[in-house]
Amino acid sequence: MDALIRQTYPVASADYTSAGQASGDIKRRLKKLGIGGDVLRRVSVASYEVELNLVIHSLGGELTLSVYPEYVELVSRDVGPGIPDLSLAMREGWSTASDEARSLGFGAGMGLPNMKRNASDFEIKSEVGVGTEITMKFNLA
Amino acid sequence: MTIQDMVRVLNARVLLGEDKLDTPVYTACCSDLMSDVLAFVDEKTVLITGLTNPHVVRTSEMLDLKCLVFVRGKVPSEDILESAEEQGLVVITTKATAFTACGLLYQEGLRGVPVPLEWDSDDK
Repeated sequence: MDALIRQTYPVASADYTSAGQASGDIKRRLKKLGIGGDVLRRVSVASYEVELNLVIHSLGGELTLSVYPEYVELVSRDVGPGIPDLSLAMREGWSTASDEARSLGFGAGMGLPNMKRNASDFEIKSEVGVGTEITMKFNLA
Repeated sequence: MTIQDMVRVLNARVLLGEDKLDTPVYTACCSDLMSDVLAFVDEKTVLITGLTNPHVVRTSEMLDLKCLVFVRGKVPSEDILESAEEQGLVVITTKATAFTACGLLYQEGLRGVPVPLEWDSDDK
């Protein structure tokens, strides 16, 4: 099935100043398509969380938005460093964020659990030294 | 209450959104941890915070918040206010500390965003 919209946003490591710009653009695009309410809020929160994770934890990566007639999909791919223990990373309160990220109000260890809570479908794959890929789907119906 | 009532109760200064002070508010949250705000807030509410970085405004954008209250007289930088203005956010600042600001607003009837107080059986 072809996507109605597909847009990829590069996200640089440790670029705290522009962190959130991709999510802002994603929100505006979805709004233009007439997507609102609860789904828009859930996609917005999850995209901001995943974008922040790329900035805070990855060596750089990208975030891809695809909109299909029945769902919105967000895919985050990075080039490392990878997550050694996924079950620990998914635990609320667990975080390896830097002091810089914490000083901005992040790194409370809520990111991944919050993405999972907001998405209709959440999948994470990670390999140390290779990278992490997160796929989230948000049903429109 | 309305945002105008909050301004009165907190003896606050309005930095943005003079024209939206009649917006009704029913709940608020107070946090410097944007991670928590993103995780627990699921309504168009008011954020009371002492943090003045761009992510406070971005977090508000993602959650469609109505109003930002900066405590201890803090005023964010021009570029942060500009992005808040683009989103149509009301921004006010009060001399009160976060604790006092929350207490004053609670006394006037404002309540926290609903979060269950009961413990789950698997909570440690």
